Amino acid sequence: MDIFDFSSGREGYYGQYGGVFLPEVLHNTIEELLHCFRECKEDPDFWREYVRLLQNYSGRPTPVTHLPNLSSHLGGAQIYVKRDDLNHTGSHKINNVMGQGLLCQRLGKKKVIAETGAGQHGYATATMAARFGFDCKIYMGAVDVARQRPNVFWMENLGAEVIAVQDGQKTLKDAINECMRDWVLNMTDTHYVLGTACGPHPFPEMVSWFQSIIGIEAREQILALVGKLPDRIYACVGGGSNAIGIFQGFLNDENVELVGCEAGGLGVGSNMHAARLAYNDASVGVAQGYKTYFLQNQQGNMLETHSIAAGLDYIGINPIFSYLWEQDKVRFEAATDLEVKEALRLIMRMEGLIPALETTHAFASAIKEAPTMAADQIILINQSGRGDKDIFMIADALDDQQWKSFIKDKATQYRLEEN
Amino acid sequence: MELATYIRERRQEKELLIMAHVVCGYPSFEENMQALEIMEQAGVDLVELQFPFSEPSADGPIFVRANEESLKSGTTIDQCFDFMRAVTSRFTFKVLMMGYYNTVFKMGEKDFLERLSAAGGVAFILPDLPIAESVMLRKTALSRGIDPIIFMTPTSSEKRLSELGAASSGMVYVVARKGVTGTKSNIDAEVVALLQRCRMHTDVPLGLGFGISNRDDLQVLRGTADVAIIGTAALKTWQNAGPFGLRDFFHALS
Ligand SMILES: Cc1ncc(COP(=O)(O)O)c(C=O)c1O
Repeated sequence: MDIFDFSSGREGYYGQYGGVFLPEVLHNTIEELLHCFRECKEDPDFWREYVRLLQNYSGRPTPVTHLPNLSSHLGGAQIYVKRDDLNHTGSHKINNVMGQGLLCQRLGKKKVIAETGAGQHGYATATMAARFGFDCKIYMGAVDVARQRPNVFWMENLGAEVIAVQDGQKTLKDAINECMRDWVLNMTDTHYVLGTACGPHPFPEMVSWFQSIIGIEAREQILALVGKLPDRIYACVGGGSNAIGIFQGFLNDENVELVGCEAGGLGVGSNMHAARLAYNDASVGVAQGYKTYFLQNQQGNMLETHSIAAGLDYIGINPIFSYLWEQDKVRFEAATDLEVKEALRLIMRMEGLIPALETTHAFASAIKEAPTMAADQIILINQSGRGDKDIFMIADALDDQQWKSFIKDKATQYRLEEN
Repeated sequence: MELATYIRERRQEKELLIMAHVVCGYPSFEENMQALEIMEQAGVDLVELQFPFSEPSADGPIFVRANEESLKSGTTIDQCFDFMRAVTSRFTFKVLMMGYYNTVFKMGEKDFLERLSAAGGVAFILPDLPIAESVMLRKTALSRGIDPIIFMTPTSSEKRLSELGAASSGMVYVVARKGVTGTKSNIDAEVVALLQRCRMHTDVPLGLGFGISNRDDLQVLRGTADVAIIGTAALKTWQNAGPFGLRDFFHALS
């Protein structure tokens, strides 16, 4: 199947999901973006330049790593990991951002804006802007600024202006709203680098296209390594960009099961989660420029969401996934905060890997299911990012006393320096 | 009576009509009613009642806060329609619903139109619903005598203006500048030129909004626009100077 082969009059739609729901003042801008994107997608030189850039700048292709210890500990399927955590800036976000940077050059725009949740996308965008010479403004919910200071630090030092958004729940969705407000004013010289496969068309298609590099590589690599395709692929789903990235390499392989892993937060029925499809709390709606499943109330107002992972803490989901889920092409599961903490401990100790908290959701789901699979079956997990950035959150989660006393000492030192 | 006819008839006596804006439930429905009373006395011709939404991405800080506060205090859609009913039976100005598309989508387009009709509303303004996505809604609305209000903007090409013109009914909402609601605009020759461009593409009355705040602005618009749309400036006045301030504000306009 080609999900981007739109039928006439349904451009930008995946089943009933997707579309363009924007203020009229952006009509020209989004048309211009669509036109430029179509040109890029049809130009094989563009893709070659994109791949070359990621190879030289970000270390692609990222390897696929076998996890023998974890596999034998769980006693089921053989577990392999696609290592997008080894990218420059530490996550898959750089793929999309470098692609949009090249596209922004073609558009002739000199400024970029972006929203960020965990800060990984903001960090990647600030990096790209420094490299390409663009002015860069990052909108980030005030709550996320508080919980992801290390990324804010890097963004600012890379020359970006970070704006803490004080509206609404002060998280990712509010940062997106604020980006939209900036864009409707500054669209003439500004490109909006949306960080995930959500928002108005062509963003879901465009972000998916750039992230498809993960799946293209992974398919070749796993075939070379084990001589067959994986039985199941797990990827965490916030907006849904790393997942659609790896899944695209296997969409036409009938025997490969695709599993999207959402943020279960405090669990089913807690109203404190961000599981749009795995739990039963979301319904179809239109917000932030597109139609998809949203965590919203009867009146169409968005609900509060929660996750230990800021990058999964979002109300909506890639419209392509709403469609693929309905078509039974992708299964959705959720992992709770607690399961994620346990999984993280296990992975660090057994394999010496430190996945990001977002990514650990995919591990947690795979760890649950691996023991029920046969020893000759293959699991592939997309390691979308590394966990170093989460050191404050992880230290809290693991209640690490040594870390706490280190921070206390640091604070005392700063206080003394001030006086 | 359809909106365009109402505006044309009022225009026989008045060069420039005024449309005001109220966010339902902010600061409270009682205060909304008090503000509307003042608007009626000041001769306001049209009022848009905004149904609060959690993601008001086309609004600036003052309306964003108003939406947030209203929802926090528990405002529901039922209350908004009940309020609209009360307003339309009490006052002579015409009432339009303003809001975001998800409010309509979640209740269903048919239900929405039925309830809007029953509450005495004559039109709706949904800034995040482009014409390509509203074909059915606009058709059904027109068959019930309700006008879908569409936007024309400074970034619209001639080709786009003609598409928008073909879809227009009741009134066109011309946006004075880029950006969201709330900041002051320069109502100048450029805005007049924009209105003249829009005029070439539609026969329905033109309302101009975004950043209108005083008598001088209205003076510039006389003769080119049919309706001056006043939003944030009035709410700001209410917040800073209460009912008396609002009375003075509208009096100073005329
Ligand atoms: C490491 C990592 N993985 C996953 C995500 C979730 O985003 P997406 O679903 O678009 O891949 C984020 C978002 O911040 C992230 O930082």
